[in-house]
Amino acid sequence: VLSTMKFKSMLLALVVLFGCASPPSPTEVLVAAASDLNFPVREIIAGFERQTGHTVKLSLGSSGNFYAQIANGAPFDVFLSADITYPQKLEESDLTEPGSIFVYGIGRIVVWARNDSPLDFGNRGIQTLVDPAIHKIAIANPQHAPYGRAAVSSMQHFEIYEAVKSKLVLGENISQTAQLVQSGAADAGIIALSLAVGDTMKSAGSYWEIPLESYPKIEQGAVILKQARNAGHLDGAQAFMETLKSPEGQTVLKKYGFFLPGRDEPAQ
Amino acid sequence: VFDSGELWPPIRLTLLLASITTIVLLIVGTPLAWWLARSRARWKEAIATVVALPLVLPPTVLGFYLLVALGPNGPGGWIAGIFGARSFAFTFEGLVFGSVLYSMPFVVQPIRNAFEAVGERPLEVAATLRATRFDAFWSVALPLARPGLITGAMLGFAHTVGEFGVVLMIGGNIQNETRVLSIAIYDHVQSLQWAQAHVLAAGMLVFSFVVILAMTVIEKRMRRGRL
Repeated sequence: VLSTMKFKSMLLALVVLFGCASPPSPTEVLVAAASDLNFPVREIIAGFERQTGHTVKLSLGSSGNFYAQIANGAPFDVFLSADITYPQKLEESDLTEPGSIFVYGIGRIVVWARNDSPLDFGNRGIQTLVDPAIHKIAIANPQHAPYGRAAVSSMQHFEIYEAVKSKLVLGENISQTAQLVQSGAADAGIIALSLAVGDTMKSAGSYWEIPLESYPKIEQGAVILKQARNAGHLDGAQAFMETLKSPEGQTVLKKYGFFLPGRDEPAQ
Repeated sequence: VFDSGELWPPIRLTLLLASITTIVLLIVGTPLAWWLARSRARWKEAIATVVALPLVLPPTVLGFYLLVALGPNGPGGWIAGIFGARSFAFTFEGLVFGSVLYSMPFVVQPIRNAFEAVGERPLEVAATLRATRFDAFWSVALPLARPGLITGAMLGFAHTVGEFGVVLMIGGNIQNETRVLSIAIYDHVQSLQWAQAHVLAAGMLVFSFVVILAMTVIEKRMRRGRL
């Protein structure tokens, strides 16, 4: 009798154990992503939703704007910034899940022009921008967009900044910058490689990669926000970060031209 | 706390843009309002509807079409070619064009209402005094419609000052050319320069309050004066 009771209680314990180990109920994860992630993040989300059953609500925009919104209580669970400094500032303000910050990719920039443009980057690379046929060059706003700062630094590095300064028009974020040049309104632009290799841009124009050593490293940082815990989305948010770090996630990021931190980047 | 010198260029630019837009709108909008008020053409309401469209369209719709139309591949680029430029996008002139379209209903509607309120009678009297049709318009209808003209001008000016979406899409954020006040505020917020953002935003708030209050007071005075 004792042994059957023991057996039963063991069974009960097993049931309880399995009950606990069963996958947590699916949650909704609110992701705020920098606009250079437009193409890769959608692919990563599709895989994540398929594998985990969690759902993602994606918002794309400029990192600076997201920072301002999050600092003022925007209900995002995960923030994928184009610049590690914004997540770091949020951590200083105690708005993040401690220890959740990491660099998920190193951004790269390219000079881009439409197919119908007479410009040929093949010969002169970034020096092509001084060509008198170019009236307007679109870059992201260097005041608050990391890709805009990188664009300015590289032009200064190649000593063409003073010559082209008057031709610059500023996009609000890197996606809008791409749209300014893709629409033909600007003759050339400096945009993220991740956008240049995306479906819509790839077929519409050609690009030349600006050497990595000519601008400060664009370290793109991700962080889980305090909001995730408060809203009961922490499981989903953590699972999303795991997907981002997983080989599948890294493959997608690589496909869209991000260098993976510490691995691909050439020593500087 | 910060260099107040950098606050001034966008304010100057915004006032310039709003002034020029208002003048253009008074020149273009007054005859249009007159025609809308007087014409018996059946399709005039279709024209009135086109004028009113910016009231309901998101600025992004107008901004998107303008970007394509003003760019080198659109008609704007073709016209810009005459002046030796390549495109009207990212220029002050382009902003004026966009603002005229965007603020047109705010100017045309009050003027049209004012012309309609004048009615047939004063114009018939003018005709019996052998006034030409232009005379009747210029010396009778226009002075009588003054409250509508003033309301239209103030609304057009204020609405242009408050423009954001269209400028964001076709402006390119160039200092002293297309970086207007609303864009400058947006930039300051994004750059975490909230002190500057606060100063400019509070200025806008006071400005808008004053405009609306002044409009109401002026309208009331004029109406009393006429009665």
